[in-house]
Amino acid sequence: MLLSFASLAVGLFLLLAALLITLIQLPDKILILGLIVTVPVLLLMVAYLTYAERKIIGYIQIRIGPNRVGPRGGLQPIADAIKLMFKEIILPRTSNRFLFISAPILAMAPALAAWAVVPFAKDWVFSDINAGLLYILAMTSIGVYGVIIAGWASNSKYAFLGALRSAAQIVAYEIAMGFALVGVLMASGSLNLSAIVEAQAGKFGFFSWFWLPLFPLFVIYFISGVAETNRAPFDVAEGESEIVAGFHVEYSGMLFAVFFLAEYLNMILISALTAIMFMGGWLSPFVGTPIEVWFSWVPGVVWFFGKTAFFLFLLLWFRATFPRYRYDQIMRLGWKVFIPITIVWLLVVGVFILAELPPWFSIEGGI
Amino acid sequence: MITLVFYCLSAILVFAAARVITVRNPVQAALFLVLAFFTSAGIWLLLEAEFLAIALVLVYVGAVMVLFLFVVMMLDINTDSVREGFARYFPVGGLVGVLILMEMILVLSSTFFNKKAENISLDVPLVDNTTALGRVLYVDYLYAFEIAAVILLVAMVAAITLTLRNRKESKRQYPEQQVKVTRAERIKLVDMTSDGN
Repeated sequence: MLLSFASLAVGLFLLLAALLITLIQLPDKILILGLIVTVPVLLLMVAYLTYAERKIIGYIQIRIGPNRVGPRGGLQPIADAIKLMFKEIILPRTSNRFLFISAPILAMAPALAAWAVVPFAKDWVFSDINAGLLYILAMTSIGVYGVIIAGWASNSKYAFLGALRSAAQIVAYEIAMGFALVGVLMASGSLNLSAIVEAQAGKFGFFSWFWLPLFPLFVIYFISGVAETNRAPFDVAEGESEIVAGFHVEYSGMLFAVFFLAEYLNMILISALTAIMFMGGWLSPFVGTPIEVWFSWVPGVVWFFGKTAFFLFLLLWFRATFPRYRYDQIMRLGWKVFIPITIVWLLVVGVFILAELPPWFSIEGGI
Repeated sequence: MITLVFYCLSAILVFAAARVITVRNPVQAALFLVLAFFTSAGIWLLLEAEFLAIALVLVYVGAVMVLFLFVVMMLDINTDSVREGFARYFPVGGLVGVLILMEMILVLSSTFFNKKAENISLDVPLVDNTTALGRVLYVDYLYAFEIAAVILLVAMVAAITLTLRNRKESKRQYPEQQVKVTRAERIKLVDMTSDGN
Protein backbone atom coordinates (compact mmCIF):
# COMPACT_ATOMS: atom_id res chain seq x y z
CA MET A 1 0.00 0.00 0.00
CA LEU A 2 2.79 2.36 0.95
CA LEU A 3 4.59 1.54 -2.29
CA SER A 4 1.56 2.21 -4.44
CA PHE A 5 1.20 5.62 -2.77
CA ALA A 6 4.87 6.29 -3.36
CA SER A 7 4.63 5.43 -7.04
CA LEU A 8 1.47 7.52 -7.31
CA ALA A 9 3.31 10.46 -5.78
CA VAL A 10 6.23 10.03 -8.15
CA GLY A 11 3.88 9.86 -11.12
CA LEU A 12 2.01 12.97 -10.06
CA PHE A 13 5.26 14.83 -9.54
CA LEU A 14 6.48 13.89 -13.02
CA LEU A 15 3.17 14.98 -14.51
CA LEU A 16 3.35 18.32 -12.72
CA ALA A 17 6.96 18.80 -13.76
CA ALA A 18 6.10 18.09 -17.39
CA LEU A 19 3.21 20.55 -17.22
CA LEU A 20 5.43 23.21 -15.64
CA ILE A 21 8.10 22.74 -18.29
CA THR A 22 5.56 23.09 -21.07
CA LEU A 23 4.09 26.16 -19.35
CA ILE A 24 7.45 27.87 -19.15
CA GLN A 25 8.77 26.72 -22.50
CA LEU A 26 5.69 27.23 -24.65
CA PRO A 27 3.35 30.14 -24.12
CA ASP A 28 0.99 28.36 -26.49
CA LYS A 29 -2.12 27.85 -24.33
CA ILE A 30 -3.88 25.77 -26.98
CA LEU A 31 -1.20 23.10 -26.76
CA ILE A 32 -1.58 22.75 -22.99
CA LEU A 33 -5.35 22.69 -23.29
CA GLY A 34 -4.97 20.00 -25.94
CA LEU A 35 -2.79 17.93 -23.60
CA ILE A 36 -5.24 18.30 -20.73
CA VAL A 37 -8.10 17.18 -22.99
CA THR A 38 -6.34 14.46 -24.99
CA VAL A 39 -4.89 12.30 -22.22
CA PRO A 40 -8.19 11.80 -20.32
CA VAL A 41 -10.02 11.25 -23.62
CA LEU A 42 -7.51 8.56 -24.57
CA LEU A 43 -7.84 6.89 -21.17
CA LEU A 44 -11.63 7.02 -21.44
CA MET A 45 -11.34 5.48 -24.92
CA VAL A 46 -9.28 2.67 -23.40
CA ALA A 47 -11.91 2.09 -20.71
CA TYR A 48 -14.73 1.86 -23.21
CA LEU A 49 -12.63 -0.18 -25.62
CA THR A 50 -12.53 -2.93 -22.98
CA TYR A 51 -16.31 -2.65 -22.70
CA ALA A 52 -16.69 -2.74 -26.50
CA GLU A 53 -14.39 -5.75 -26.63
CA ARG A 54 -16.44 -7.72 -24.13
CA LYS A 55 -19.73 -6.75 -25.76
CA ILE A 56 -18.62 -7.40 -29.36
CA ILE A 57 -16.93 -10.69 -28.59
CA GLY A 58 -20.00 -11.60 -26.55
CA TYR A 59 -22.33 -10.99 -29.47
CA ILE A 60 -19.99 -12.80 -31.87
CA GLN A 61 -20.15 -15.82 -29.55
CA ILE A 62 -23.96 -15.46 -29.13
CA ARG A 63 -23.72 -14.23 -25.53
CA ILE A 64 -24.82 -10.89 -24.11
CA GLY A 65 -21.64 -9.76 -22.41
CA PRO A 66 -21.59 -7.45 -19.37
CA ASN A 67 -25.10 -6.13 -18.66
CA ARG A 68 -25.40 -5.68 -14.88
CA VAL A 69 -23.56 -2.46 -13.97
CA GLY A 70 -25.43 0.58 -15.26
CA PRO A 71 -27.67 0.67 -18.32
CA ARG A 72 -26.69 -2.22 -20.64
CA GLY A 73 -23.58 -2.70 -18.53
CA GLY A 74 -22.26 0.71 -19.57
CA LEU A 75 -20.61 1.45 -16.22
CA GLN A 76 -18.72 -1.88 -16.16
CA PRO A 77 -15.30 -0.36 -17.11
CA ILE A 78 -15.63 2.21 -14.31
CA ALA A 79 -16.41 -0.55 -11.81
CA ASP A 80 -13.45 -2.58 -13.08
CA ALA A 81 -11.11 0.39 -12.76
CA ILE A 82 -12.20 1.06 -9.18
CA LYS A 83 -11.83 -2.62 -8.29
CA LEU A 84 -8.30 -2.76 -9.73
CA MET A 85 -7.29 0.41 -7.92
CA PHE A 86 -8.22 -1.00 -4.51
CA LYS A 87 -6.59 -4.39 -5.00
CA GLU A 88 -3.38 -5.20 -3.22
CA ILE A 89 -0.16 -4.96 -5.21
CA ILE A 90 1.79 -8.13 -4.50
CA LEU A 91 5.56 -7.95 -4.85
CA PRO A 92 7.20 -11.38 -5.20
CA ARG A 93 9.95 -11.72 -2.59
CA THR A 94 12.65 -12.81 -5.06
CA SER A 95 11.79 -10.25 -7.69
CA ASN A 96 13.91 -7.25 -8.58
CA ARG A 97 11.72 -4.67 -6.87
CA PHE A 98 12.73 -1.52 -8.72
CA LEU A 99 12.46 -3.07 -12.18
CA PHE A 100 9.29 -4.92 -11.21
CA ILE A 101 7.54 -1.64 -10.46
CA SER A 102 9.05 0.34 -13.33
CA ALA A 103 8.16 -2.25 -16.02
CA PRO A 104 4.47 -1.27 -16.36
CA ILE A 105 5.46 2.40 -16.46
CA LEU A 106 7.96 1.62 -19.21
CA ALA A 107 5.20 -0.13 -21.15
CA MET A 108 2.81 2.76 -20.70
CA ALA A 109 5.08 5.76 -21.37
CA PRO A 110 5.92 5.10 -25.07
CA ALA A 111 2.30 4.17 -25.77
CA LEU A 112 1.29 7.67 -24.62
CA ALA A 113 4.33 9.47 -26.02
CA ALA A 114 3.68 8.24 -29.57
CA TRP A 115 0.47 10.30 -29.69
CA ALA A 116 2.56 13.48 -29.76
CA VAL A 117 2.93 13.33 -33.55
CA VAL A 118 -0.45 11.83 -34.51
CA PRO A 119 -2.53 14.33 -36.52
CA PHE A 120 -6.18 14.09 -35.44
CA ALA A 121 -7.33 16.47 -38.15
CA LYS A 122 -5.82 19.17 -40.32
CA ASP A 123 -3.39 21.11 -38.05
CA TRP A 124 -4.63 19.20 -34.99
CA VAL A 125 -1.30 17.79 -33.98
CA PHE A 126 0.87 18.45 -30.94
CA SER A 127 4.22 18.31 -32.67
CA ASP A 128 4.31 18.53 -36.45
CA ILE A 129 7.87 17.22 -36.77
CA ASN A 130 9.39 16.13 -40.06
CA ALA A 131 10.66 12.79 -38.81
CA GLY A 132 7.24 11.83 -37.43
CA LEU A 133 7.12 8.42 -39.08
CA LEU A 134 10.51 7.47 -37.60
CA TYR A 135 9.44 8.75 -34.20
CA ILE A 136 6.36 6.53 -34.31
CA LEU A 137 8.46 3.52 -35.28
CA ALA A 138 10.93 4.23 -32.47
CA MET A 139 8.18 4.64 -29.86
CA THR A 140 6.33 1.46 -30.83
CA SER A 141 9.60 -0.48 -30.75
CA ILE A 142 10.64 0.59 -27.24
CA GLY A 143 7.28 -0.53 -25.86
CA VAL A 144 8.72 -4.05 -25.74
CA TYR A 145 11.01 -3.11 -22.84
CA GLY A 146 8.03 -3.10 -20.50
CA VAL A 147 7.33 -6.72 -21.41
CA ILE A 148 10.96 -7.87 -21.29
CA ILE A 149 11.75 -6.16 -17.99
CA ALA A 150 8.50 -7.41 -16.44
CA GLY A 151 9.34 -10.95 -17.47
CA TRP A 152 12.86 -10.81 -16.15
CA ALA A 153 12.21 -8.88 -12.94
CA SER A 154 9.37 -11.20 -11.88
CA ASN A 155 11.92 -14.04 -11.45
CA SER A 156 9.34 -16.56 -12.60
CA LYS A 157 9.70 -19.14 -15.37
CA TYR A 158 6.38 -18.41 -17.03
CA ALA A 159 6.96 -14.67 -17.02
CA PHE A 160 10.45 -15.21 -18.40
CA LEU A 161 9.18 -17.40 -21.25
CA GLY A 162 6.63 -14.73 -22.09
CA ALA A 163 9.31 -12.07 -22.20
CA LEU A 164 11.58 -14.14 -24.47
CA ARG A 165 8.73 -14.89 -26.87
CA SER A 166 7.74 -11.26 -26.95
CA ALA A 167 11.29 -10.06 -27.66
CA ALA A 168 11.76 -12.44 -30.60
CA GLN A 169 8.34 -11.62 -32.00
CA ILE A 170 8.81 -7.86 -31.82
CA VAL A 171 12.20 -7.98 -33.53
CA ALA A 172 10.78 -10.15 -36.33
CA TYR A 173 7.70 -8.06 -37.03
CA GLU A 174 9.32 -4.69 -36.62
CA ILE A 175 11.36 -5.27 -39.77
CA ALA A 176 8.26 -6.03 -41.84
CA MET A 177 6.55 -3.02 -40.28
CA GLY A 178 9.50 -0.78 -41.12
CA PHE A 179 9.54 -1.95 -44.74
CA ALA A 180 5.80 -1.33 -45.04
CA LEU A 181 6.40 2.21 -43.80
CA VAL A 182 9.19 2.65 -46.36
CA GLY A 183 6.51 2.03 -49.01
CA VAL A 184 4.35 4.78 -47.49
CA LEU A 185 7.37 7.06 -47.36
CA MET A 186 8.13 6.42 -51.05
CA ALA A 187 4.53 7.01 -52.10
CA SER A 188 4.07 10.21 -50.13
CA GLY A 189 7.62 11.56 -50.35
CA SER A 190 7.58 12.64 -46.71
CA LEU A 191 8.17 11.42 -43.17
CA ASN A 192 5.70 13.94 -41.78
CA LEU A 193 2.38 12.30 -40.86
CA SER A 194 0.30 15.34 -41.86
CA ALA A 195 2.07 15.47 -45.23
CA ILE A 196 1.39 11.74 -45.69
CA VAL A 197 -2.34 12.37 -45.23
CA GLU A 198 -2.24 15.37 -47.57
CA ALA A 199 -0.50 13.26 -50.22
CA GLN A 200 -3.54 10.95 -50.26
CA ALA A 201 -5.99 13.73 -51.15
CA GLY A 202 -7.26 13.21 -54.67
CA LYS A 203 -10.16 13.38 -57.05
CA PHE A 204 -11.34 9.85 -56.37
CA GLY A 205 -11.90 10.05 -52.62
CA PHE A 206 -11.76 6.56 -51.16
CA PHE A 207 -9.84 5.19 -54.15
CA SER A 208 -7.09 7.78 -54.15
CA TRP A 209 -5.86 6.71 -50.71
CA PHE A 210 -2.74 4.60 -50.37
CA TRP A 211 -4.48 1.35 -49.42
CA LEU A 212 -5.01 0.49 -53.08
CA PRO A 213 -1.53 0.95 -54.62
CA LEU A 214 0.13 -0.28 -51.40
CA PHE A 215 -2.39 -3.04 -50.70
CA PRO A 216 0.11 -5.78 -49.66
CA LEU A 217 1.97 -3.30 -47.45
CA PHE A 218 -1.33 -2.17 -45.92
CA VAL A 219 -2.28 -5.73 -44.98
CA ILE A 220 1.21 -6.52 -43.70
CA TYR A 221 1.39 -3.32 -41.67
CA PHE A 222 -1.89 -4.04 -39.94
CA ILE A 223 -1.03 -7.67 -39.21
CA SER A 224 2.42 -6.67 -37.91
CA GLY A 225 0.67 -4.10 -35.76
CA VAL A 226 -1.48 -6.85 -34.26
CA ALA A 227 1.71 -8.84 -33.58
CA GLU A 228 3.48 -5.82 -32.12
CA THR A 229 0.65 -5.13 -29.66
CA ASN A 230 0.67 -8.81 -28.57
CA ARG A 231 -2.98 -9.20 -29.49
CA ALA A 232 -4.68 -12.45 -30.48
CA PRO A 233 -3.85 -14.39 -32.67
CA PHE A 234 -0.27 -13.31 -31.88
CA ASP A 235 -0.62 -13.21 -28.09
CA VAL A 236 2.02 -15.85 -27.34
CA ALA A 237 3.63 -13.47 -24.82
CA GLU A 238 0.54 -13.92 -22.65
CA GLY A 239 -0.66 -17.29 -23.86
CA GLU A 240 -2.92 -17.91 -20.88
CA SER A 241 -3.54 -21.50 -21.94
CA GLU A 242 0.17 -22.39 -22.30
CA ILE A 243 2.21 -20.15 -19.98
CA VAL A 244 -0.66 -19.00 -17.71
CA ALA A 245 -0.43 -15.27 -18.43
CA GLY A 246 3.12 -14.86 -19.66
CA PHE A 247 4.96 -11.73 -18.68
CA HIS A 248 2.33 -10.40 -16.25
CA VAL A 249 1.66 -13.55 -14.18
CA GLU A 250 3.09 -11.98 -11.04
CA TYR A 251 1.36 -8.63 -11.37
CA SER A 252 -1.77 -7.63 -9.54
CA GLY A 253 -3.89 -4.59 -8.82
CA MET A 254 -2.91 -1.27 -10.32
CA LEU A 255 0.40 -2.47 -11.78
CA PHE A 256 -1.50 -5.08 -13.78
CA ALA A 257 -4.02 -2.44 -14.83
CA VAL A 258 -1.22 -0.26 -16.20
CA PHE A 259 -0.09 -3.13 -18.47
CA PHE A 260 -3.66 -3.41 -19.64
CA LEU A 261 -3.86 0.31 -20.31
CA ALA A 262 -0.66 0.19 -22.34
CA GLU A 263 -1.92 -2.71 -24.45
CA TYR A 264 -5.20 -0.98 -25.28
CA LEU A 265 -3.47 2.35 -25.92
CA ASN A 266 -1.22 0.57 -28.38
CA MET A 267 -4.25 -0.99 -30.07
CA ILE A 268 -5.79 2.45 -30.55
CA LEU A 269 -2.46 3.79 -31.76
CA ILE A 270 -1.95 1.06 -34.36
CA SER A 271 -5.50 1.53 -35.65
CA ALA A 272 -5.04 5.30 -35.84
CA LEU A 273 -1.73 4.91 -37.68
CA THR A 274 -3.21 2.48 -40.19
CA ALA A 275 -5.99 5.02 -40.78
CA ILE A 276 -3.47 7.81 -41.27
CA MET A 277 -1.03 6.03 -43.52
CA PHE A 278 -3.29 3.92 -45.70
CA MET A 279 -6.84 5.22 -45.26
CA GLY A 280 -6.42 8.94 -45.69
CA GLY A 281 -6.50 10.05 -42.02
CA TRP A 282 -8.99 12.90 -41.68
CA LEU A 283 -9.94 12.99 -45.39
CA SER A 284 -13.51 12.38 -46.43
CA PRO A 285 -14.06 9.22 -48.50
CA PHE A 286 -16.65 10.90 -50.72
CA VAL A 287 -14.40 13.46 -52.43
CA GLY A 288 -15.14 13.41 -56.17
CA THR A 289 -18.46 11.57 -55.86
CA PRO A 290 -21.90 13.23 -56.39
CA ILE A 291 -22.72 12.97 -52.66
CA GLU A 292 -19.56 14.85 -51.63
CA VAL A 293 -21.50 17.99 -50.63
CA TRP A 294 -23.78 16.04 -48.30
CA PHE A 295 -20.83 15.23 -46.10
CA SER A 296 -18.81 18.41 -46.40
CA TRP A 297 -20.04 19.61 -42.97
CA VAL A 298 -18.48 16.60 -41.20
CA PRO A 299 -15.27 17.68 -39.42
CA GLY A 300 -12.11 15.75 -40.29
CA VAL A 301 -11.64 14.44 -36.77
CA VAL A 302 -14.89 12.46 -37.13
CA TRP A 303 -13.60 10.68 -40.22
CA PHE A 304 -10.31 10.02 -38.42
CA PHE A 305 -11.95 8.47 -35.37
CA GLY A 306 -14.43 6.60 -37.56
CA LYS A 307 -11.59 4.93 -39.45
CA THR A 308 -9.74 4.23 -36.21
CA ALA A 309 -12.88 2.63 -34.77
CA PHE A 310 -13.19 0.44 -37.86
CA PHE A 311 -9.69 -0.96 -37.40
CA LEU A 312 -10.28 -1.40 -33.68
CA PHE A 313 -13.34 -3.44 -34.54
CA LEU A 314 -11.20 -5.57 -36.84
CA LEU A 315 -8.78 -6.21 -33.95
CA LEU A 316 -11.64 -7.40 -31.73
CA TRP A 317 -13.04 -9.48 -34.58
CA PHE A 318 -9.64 -11.18 -35.06
CA ARG A 319 -9.53 -12.06 -31.40
CA ALA A 320 -12.97 -13.64 -31.52
CA THR A 321 -12.22 -15.57 -34.73
CA PHE A 322 -8.68 -16.89 -34.94
CA PRO A 323 -6.93 -19.46 -32.76
CA ARG A 324 -3.51 -18.52 -31.42
CA TYR A 325 -0.57 -19.03 -33.75
CA ARG A 326 2.06 -21.53 -32.77
CA TYR A 327 5.40 -19.91 -31.97
CA ASP A 328 7.31 -21.34 -34.97
CA GLN A 329 4.45 -20.36 -37.29
CA ILE A 330 4.73 -16.79 -36.08
CA MET A 331 8.45 -16.74 -36.81
CA ARG A 332 7.93 -18.28 -40.25
CA LEU A 333 5.22 -15.77 -41.15
CA GLY A 334 7.31 -12.81 -40.03
CA TRP A 335 10.67 -13.71 -41.53
CA LYS A 336 9.84 -15.88 -44.53
CA VAL A 337 6.56 -14.45 -45.77
CA PHE A 338 6.15 -10.81 -44.76
CA ILE A 339 9.67 -9.51 -45.27
CA PRO A 340 10.08 -10.93 -48.83
CA ILE A 341 6.64 -9.65 -49.84
CA THR A 342 7.38 -6.15 -48.57
CA ILE A 343 10.73 -6.02 -50.36
CA VAL A 344 9.16 -7.13 -53.66
CA TRP A 345 6.37 -4.60 -53.28
CA LEU A 346 8.86 -1.79 -52.65
CA LEU A 347 10.29 -2.52 -56.12
CA VAL A 348 6.76 -2.46 -57.56
CA VAL A 349 6.08 0.89 -55.89
CA GLY A 350 9.32 2.18 -57.37
CA VAL A 351 8.10 1.20 -60.84
CA PHE A 352 4.73 2.88 -60.13
CA ILE A 353 6.48 6.09 -59.18
CA LEU A 354 8.74 6.06 -62.25
CA ALA A 355 5.71 5.38 -64.47
CA GLU A 356 3.78 8.16 -62.67
CA LEU A 357 0.81 5.84 -62.39
CA PRO A 358 -2.38 7.91 -62.05
CA PRO A 359 -4.14 8.85 -59.84
CA TRP A 360 -1.76 8.14 -56.96
CA PHE A 361 1.61 8.93 -58.43
CA SER A 362 0.79 11.42 -61.18
CA ILE A 363 2.77 14.58 -60.52
CA GLU A 364 -0.09 17.04 -60.13
CA GLY A 365 -2.16 14.68 -57.98
CA GLY A 366 0.04 13.04 -55.40
CA ILE A 367 3.61 14.01 -54.82
CA MET B 1 16.23 26.11 -19.84
CA ILE B 2 18.07 24.13 -22.50
CA THR B 3 21.26 24.28 -20.43
CA LEU B 4 19.40 22.86 -17.45
CA VAL B 5 17.98 20.01 -19.53
CA PHE B 6 21.44 19.39 -20.96
CA TYR B 7 23.06 19.11 -17.54
CA CYS B 8 20.30 16.80 -16.31
CA LEU B 9 20.69 14.53 -19.33
CA SER B 10 24.49 14.59 -19.09
CA ALA B 11 24.40 13.67 -15.42
CA ILE B 12 22.10 10.73 -16.16
CA LEU B 13 24.29 9.71 -19.10
CA VAL B 14 27.51 9.73 -17.09
CA PHE B 15 25.85 7.86 -14.23
CA ALA B 16 24.36 5.24 -16.56
CA ALA B 17 27.63 4.79 -18.47
CA ALA B 18 29.52 4.31 -15.20
CA ARG B 19 26.97 1.78 -13.97
CA VAL B 20 27.24 -0.24 -17.20
CA ILE B 21 30.75 -1.32 -16.22
CA THR B 22 30.40 -1.34 -12.42
CA VAL B 23 27.14 -3.21 -11.92
CA ARG B 24 27.48 -6.95 -11.20
CA ASN B 25 24.42 -8.28 -12.97
CA PRO B 26 24.78 -8.43 -16.80
CA VAL B 27 21.07 -7.80 -17.39
CA GLN B 28 21.20 -4.66 -15.29
CA ALA B 29 24.32 -3.58 -17.15
CA ALA B 30 22.48 -3.97 -20.46
CA LEU B 31 19.55 -1.96 -19.12
CA PHE B 32 21.90 0.83 -18.02
CA LEU B 33 23.35 0.79 -21.53
CA VAL B 34 19.81 1.29 -22.85
CA LEU B 35 19.42 4.25 -20.50
CA ALA B 36 22.74 5.65 -21.73
CA PHE B 37 21.63 5.39 -25.37
CA PHE B 38 18.33 7.02 -24.56
CA THR B 39 19.84 9.99 -22.76
CA SER B 40 22.45 10.54 -25.47
CA ALA B 41 19.58 10.59 -27.98
CA GLY B 42 18.04 13.29 -25.78
CA ILE B 43 21.27 15.31 -25.96
CA TRP B 44 21.31 14.98 -29.76
CA LEU B 45 17.74 16.26 -29.80
CA LEU B 46 18.93 19.36 -27.96
CA LEU B 47 21.43 19.87 -30.81
CA GLU B 48 18.46 19.78 -33.23
CA ALA B 49 19.75 16.56 -34.80
CA GLU B 50 16.32 14.96 -34.63
CA PHE B 51 16.96 12.36 -37.32
CA LEU B 52 20.10 11.01 -35.65
CA ALA B 53 18.45 11.02 -32.23
CA ILE B 54 15.42 9.09 -33.39
CA ALA B 55 17.57 6.70 -35.45
CA LEU B 56 19.66 6.01 -32.35
CA VAL B 57 16.57 5.13 -30.34
CA LEU B 58 15.09 3.12 -33.20
CA VAL B 59 18.18 1.09 -34.08
CA TYR B 60 20.06 0.70 -30.82
CA VAL B 61 17.35 0.89 -28.17
CA GLY B 62 14.57 -0.65 -30.26
CA ALA B 63 16.39 -3.46 -32.02
CA VAL B 64 20.03 -4.09 -31.06
CA MET B 65 19.60 -3.92 -27.30
CA VAL B 66 16.45 -6.06 -27.42
CA LEU B 67 18.47 -8.81 -29.10
CA PHE B 68 21.30 -8.22 -26.67
CA LEU B 69 19.00 -8.53 -23.66
CA PHE B 70 17.48 -11.62 -25.25
CA VAL B 71 20.89 -13.31 -25.21
CA VAL B 72 22.10 -11.93 -21.89
CA MET B 73 18.93 -12.94 -20.05
CA MET B 74 19.45 -16.56 -21.02
CA LEU B 75 23.07 -16.71 -19.87
CA ASP B 76 23.81 -17.95 -16.42
CA ILE B 77 26.99 -16.02 -15.76
CA ASN B 78 28.94 -16.94 -12.67
CA THR B 79 30.58 -13.68 -11.63
CA ASP B 80 33.23 -15.39 -9.48
CA SER B 81 34.73 -17.35 -12.37
CA VAL B 82 34.76 -14.21 -14.49
CA ARG B 83 36.68 -12.28 -11.85
CA GLU B 84 39.30 -15.04 -11.49
CA GLY B 85 40.87 -14.08 -14.81
CA PHE B 86 40.97 -10.39 -13.95
CA ALA B 87 44.60 -10.23 -12.82
CA ARG B 88 45.76 -12.32 -15.78
CA TYR B 89 44.09 -10.14 -18.39
CA PHE B 90 44.73 -6.82 -16.67
CA PRO B 91 47.98 -5.92 -18.56
CA VAL B 92 46.37 -6.45 -21.99
CA GLY B 93 43.19 -4.65 -20.98
CA GLY B 94 45.15 -1.82 -19.40
CA LEU B 95 47.25 -1.40 -22.56
CA VAL B 96 44.13 -1.20 -24.75
CA GLY B 97 42.59 1.27 -22.31
CA VAL B 98 45.66 3.52 -22.37
CA LEU B 99 45.75 3.36 -26.20
CA ILE B 100 42.08 4.39 -26.46
CA LEU B 101 42.64 7.18 -23.95
CA MET B 102 45.63 8.53 -25.94
CA GLU B 103 43.65 8.42 -29.18
CA MET B 104 40.81 10.30 -27.57
CA ILE B 105 43.20 12.95 -26.24
CA LEU B 106 44.84 13.32 -29.66
CA VAL B 107 41.53 13.63 -31.48
CA LEU B 108 39.86 15.94 -28.99
CA SER B 109 42.85 18.27 -28.73
CA SER B 110 43.14 18.62 -32.52
CA THR B 111 42.06 21.84 -34.20
CA PHE B 112 38.85 20.31 -35.53
CA PHE B 113 37.25 20.13 -32.11
CA ASN B 114 38.86 23.26 -30.73
CA LYS B 115 36.51 25.69 -32.37
CA LYS B 116 34.71 27.89 -29.94
CA ALA B 117 31.14 26.78 -29.38
CA GLU B 118 29.69 30.11 -30.50
CA ASN B 119 31.46 29.86 -33.85
CA ILE B 120 29.41 26.82 -34.82
CA SER B 121 26.04 28.12 -35.87
CA LEU B 122 23.08 25.81 -35.45
CA ASP B 123 20.84 27.36 -38.11
CA VAL B 124 22.93 26.46 -41.17
CA PRO B 125 20.74 24.08 -43.18
CA LEU B 126 17.78 25.50 -45.05
CA VAL B 127 16.40 21.99 -45.45
CA ASP B 128 15.60 19.81 -42.44
CA ASN B 129 18.36 17.47 -41.38
CA THR B 130 16.61 14.30 -42.58
CA THR B 131 16.79 15.68 -46.12
CA ALA B 132 20.32 16.95 -45.59
CA LEU B 133 21.52 13.59 -44.34
CA GLY B 134 19.77 11.81 -47.21
CA ARG B 135 21.56 14.02 -49.73
CA VAL B 136 24.95 13.37 -48.16
CA LEU B 137 24.40 9.60 -48.01
CA TYR B 138 22.67 8.94 -51.30
CA VAL B 139 24.06 11.69 -53.56
CA ASP B 140 27.49 12.83 -52.38
CA TYR B 141 28.84 9.60 -50.91
CA LEU B 142 26.73 7.02 -52.71
CA TYR B 143 29.59 4.65 -53.59
CA ALA B 144 31.08 4.69 -50.12
CA PHE B 145 27.63 3.98 -48.70
CA GLU B 146 27.02 1.09 -51.07
CA ILE B 147 30.44 -0.42 -50.40
CA ALA B 148 29.72 -0.28 -46.67
CA ALA B 149 26.39 -2.00 -47.28
CA VAL B 150 28.04 -4.78 -49.31
CA ILE B 151 30.68 -5.32 -46.62
CA LEU B 152 27.93 -5.72 -44.03
CA LEU B 153 26.09 -8.15 -46.28
CA VAL B 154 29.24 -10.24 -46.75
CA ALA B 155 29.80 -10.28 -42.99
CA MET B 156 26.23 -11.42 -42.45
CA VAL B 157 26.43 -14.20 -45.03
CA ALA B 158 29.74 -15.32 -43.55
CA ALA B 159 28.33 -15.41 -40.02
CA ILE B 160 25.36 -17.46 -41.16
CA THR B 161 27.43 -19.96 -43.12
CA LEU B 162 29.86 -20.37 -40.22
CA THR B 163 27.11 -21.28 -37.79
CA LEU B 164 24.85 -23.23 -40.13
CA ARG B 165 24.69 -26.92 -39.33
CA ASN B 166 22.40 -29.44 -40.95
CA ARG B 167 21.63 -31.91 -38.26
CA LYS B 168 20.23 -35.21 -39.46
CA GLU B 169 18.18 -35.92 -36.36
CA SER B 170 16.39 -32.57 -36.21
CA LYS B 171 12.74 -32.74 -37.17
CA ARG B 172 10.99 -29.99 -39.04
CA GLN B 173 7.71 -29.24 -40.68
CA TYR B 174 7.17 -28.35 -44.30
CA PRO B 175 4.25 -25.92 -44.43
CA GLU B 176 3.97 -26.13 -48.20
CA GLN B 177 3.34 -29.89 -47.96
CA GLN B 178 0.91 -29.39 -45.10
CA VAL B 179 -1.08 -26.90 -47.13
CA LYS B 180 -1.29 -29.24 -50.12
CA VAL B 181 -2.88 -32.08 -48.14
CA THR B 182 -6.28 -33.11 -49.47
CA ARG B 183 -9.16 -34.73 -47.70
CA ALA B 184 -8.66 -38.01 -49.56
CA GLU B 185 -5.16 -38.49 -48.09
CA ARG B 186 -6.26 -38.19 -44.48
CA ILE B 187 -9.81 -39.48 -44.18
CA LYS B 188 -11.12 -42.96 -44.95
CA LEU B 189 -14.83 -43.63 -44.49
CA VAL B 190 -15.71 -47.16 -43.40
CA ASP B 191 -19.17 -48.65 -43.58
CA MET B 192 -20.25 -50.19 -40.28
CA THR B 193 -23.48 -51.28 -38.70
CA SER B 194 -24.59 -48.98 -35.94
CA ASP B 195 -24.01 -51.44 -33.05
CA GLY B 196 -20.38 -51.87 -34.03
CA ASN B 197 -20.44 -55.59 -34.96
